[in-house]
Amino acid sequence: MNLQYTPVAPEALHAECLRLREEEMMDFLVFLTGLDLGEEGFGVVYQLESTQTGKQVNLRCVTPDRERPVLPTVSDIWDIANIYEREAYDYLGIIFTGHPDMRRIFLREDWVGHPLRKDDKPEEQNPLRMDNEPLSDTTWQYELSQDGTLTKRENVVFAPSDYVVNIGPQHPSTHGVLHFRVAIEGETIRRVDPVLGYIHRGIEKMNESMTYPQMLALTDRMDYLGAMQNRHALCKVIEEAMGVEVSDRVKVIRTIMDELQRIDSHILFFSCLAQDLGATTAFIYGFRDREKILDIFEETCGGRLILNYNTIGGVMHDLHPNFVSRVKEFIPVMRKGLKEYHDLFTGNVIARNRMEGVGILTKEQVIAMGCTGGTGRASGWHNDLRKLRPYDAYDRVEFDEITFTKGDSFSRYMVRMDEIEQSLRIIEQLIDNIPEGPFQEKMKPIIKVPEGVYYSAVEGSRGQFGVYLESRGDKSPYRVHYRSTGLPLVYAMNAACRGNLIADLVTIGGTFDYIVPDIDR
Amino acid sequence: MFDFTIITNWLHTLLVGVLPEWAAVLTESVLVAVVIISLAAIFAMVLIYMERKVCAFFQCRLGPNRVGKWGLLQLFADVFKMLQKEIIKMRQTDRFLHDLAPFFVITASMITIACLPWNKGAQILDFNIGVFFFLAVSSVSVVGILLAGWGSNSKYPLIGAMRSGAQIISYEISIGITMLTVICLTGTMQISEIVEQQYTEGWNIFRGHLPMVVAFLIYMIAGNAECNRGPFDLPESESELTAGYHTEYSGMHFGYFYLAEYMNLFISAGLATTVFLGGWAPLHIAGLDGFNHAMDYIPGVVWFVGKALFVVFLFMWERWTLPRLRIDHILTLEWKYLMPISLVNLVVMALVVAFGIHF
Repeated sequence: MNLQYTPVAPEALHAECLRLREEEMMDFLVFLTGLDLGEEGFGVVYQLESTQTGKQVNLRCVTPDRERPVLPTVSDIWDIANIYEREAYDYLGIIFTGHPDMRRIFLREDWVGHPLRKDDKPEEQNPLRMDNEPLSDTTWQYELSQDGTLTKRENVVFAPSDYVVNIGPQHPSTHGVLHFRVAIEGETIRRVDPVLGYIHRGIEKMNESMTYPQMLALTDRMDYLGAMQNRHALCKVIEEAMGVEVSDRVKVIRTIMDELQRIDSHILFFSCLAQDLGATTAFIYGFRDREKILDIFEETCGGRLILNYNTIGGVMHDLHPNFVSRVKEFIPVMRKGLKEYHDLFTGNVIARNRMEGVGILTKEQVIAMGCTGGTGRASGWHNDLRKLRPYDAYDRVEFDEITFTKGDSFSRYMVRMDEIEQSLRIIEQLIDNIPEGPFQEKMKPIIKVPEGVYYSAVEGSRGQFGVYLESRGDKSPYRVHYRSTGLPLVYAMNAACRGNLIADLVTIGGTFDYIVPDIDR
Repeated sequence: MFDFTIITNWLHTLLVGVLPEWAAVLTESVLVAVVIISLAAIFAMVLIYMERKVCAFFQCRLGPNRVGKWGLLQLFADVFKMLQKEIIKMRQTDRFLHDLAPFFVITASMITIACLPWNKGAQILDFNIGVFFFLAVSSVSVVGILLAGWGSNSKYPLIGAMRSGAQIISYEISIGITMLTVICLTGTMQISEIVEQQYTEGWNIFRGHLPMVVAFLIYMIAGNAECNRGPFDLPESESELTAGYHTEYSGMHFGYFYLAEYMNLFISAGLATTVFLGGWAPLHIAGLDGFNHAMDYIPGVVWFVGKALFVVFLFMWERWTLPRLRIDHILTLEWKYLMPISLVNLVVMALVVAFGIHF
């Protein structure tokens, strides 16, 4: 939808944010992204949402100074701004004063320039470096004094006396190239500092020079267990911007595919968690059932992991003739599989001891850290977009939003296991009456999105996946930002792991269910 | 039952006939050493193959089936692969301790395997404190693991080694008390006598009824923990510490740890067989003389290996079903549950023996 935003002056930003937080209960910072506005300077967009009233506010703050863009931090108001502001700093070099940890986040510490600036030349300034990436134990905090000078203060991340263990980037339980630097004391964790960017491909930067249909290919490669939903979100934002209404058939197909993808993701979650906890047999059980979903995908989409299915105005191919019967066969098999999982793993006393009461996040914490999806729902936060703002065919099906209240690892695990059941319910209701109609709307050969600012989100496998699109009317976007589902989860690791044992880091990481390519983009 | 001493005595007289006494004994020692080492290697390989197949069947898979019929040659391929790997020498390790560690582990296993009664008369080390000696030597391997963790000069191995130390030392208490329970019934620590007794009077697990069954169950848990196998495999818990104490090892040095793990598994099973399940003693059912006589025709070595492999299967079942415990849970399980239970069990056993209400 078209994003209506309120411009805020940099001087008034912090006070305005504080007012919104206190008076209008805007407790959830949905996303924060930096923009290069050319002559105007640099801007930052904030989307705020109140979890009580559901009201949304968008703020846009522009600093005209291109030489030294400085904005006040809001990380003291919303915890998650800590990591979002680091991202904006990394991409655009916007300095947030008062932010306690102004390090780069995805790029190397010795990177020169800020790649999302339109005038930046990353290839010229950054030759291939053959030395190891430096990792400093200290960070910077900037303050703006009265006379306008910027002062820099050193903050300590890890003191020399800390015993720091590197979990990752090559580590079996980080599910990809994720790197945690963990300060431990005996077996107890004192601090977790995620080092990101090992699989950073600069997708947002790449998108700026691509046409809209080309962009679609990249979304599958972010959260590969949410390929359908990611691409759904991107297609949705472009369709809404262009005013294209897809047929009913496409809506239902997209809904079924999203749910199949969700089941796929949750089975993989179960398998990997079991593997992390040492239950290797449960791992194989999960993969056995997941194979069936991949087969269904393969028949219709031609791909198993990278699906390339949604397109602007429809889907790539019509459903395979076997699709309906195979999905119907799959539903009882999955129900039986779920029972097996519960018998083998959920009820196991060792598994229960490993998960119950481990890594508790309160509802306030998950909201402040923007942990949407199953992680948020395990702490009692009703954040399911399929219920809050139904899209496609979600308004015509019955299903429950699974929430728990304890917020421990076991709740996070159970949320996902129960969601598999709900997804099966949704598919069951839709599979028999997929409406007839075209599977692809007629689109112009060259797609140009009208000038404007748009944002659209879907409920991904592990939280709200949103796409922020700013168009200047060209055939490629001016700025695209993806609200990653995994970035807040990685940020929450520090809060959840502190005081727990090393073995719990694996449990907590497993139940957070982050996917690294989605974090790094 | 066939007495293996016939063969050993014949060999001894044969050798003394052609060689002086000392040379004969030396030759015999060398022969015995070769036999132990090859036995150990063969059983470790059999167990690795068995583990792969058993685990595959638990997990609805086929397991190795490409190299040779049913994947039988897979192991040889693996061993050759490991033999030709380079042993990487790393900077900043304590080279001496780093290289020494695998030998501690493998030597402990080799010596303990010599205590197992393979058949009547076929036992290499047999003296009056057999069980005690067995426990003492088997705990040397923890020194090897600690050295591996320390000598590697790396963080994961160090954490793994520390866990291993805490775990093995704790679980040895349970195993020790369980062994005491058995000794309480048998009245001897000599392994050959324990088996002889079971040959004439029935297997200990039947003789000692309830307390002996409890002791067997405790042994099944603690024995698994002693071998550092799942669900007690935290010293190497691959999802937390990559490979725990042997992260920094490569080639045959890693191979020694790997072999030792499976040898220890067999040794744990062998000890369980010896003290609970009658060692090489065949299954006798009181009153069925014909059946008992038929059972006697099956050689003792078949009984021993068969029973040991059955116990190994139980260990594998345990491993491939359960998730891994956490370090504090492991220590809680030992100190708060297993040890008190086994102590009470020992008292019960003592009462059973004192009042003579065992079979």
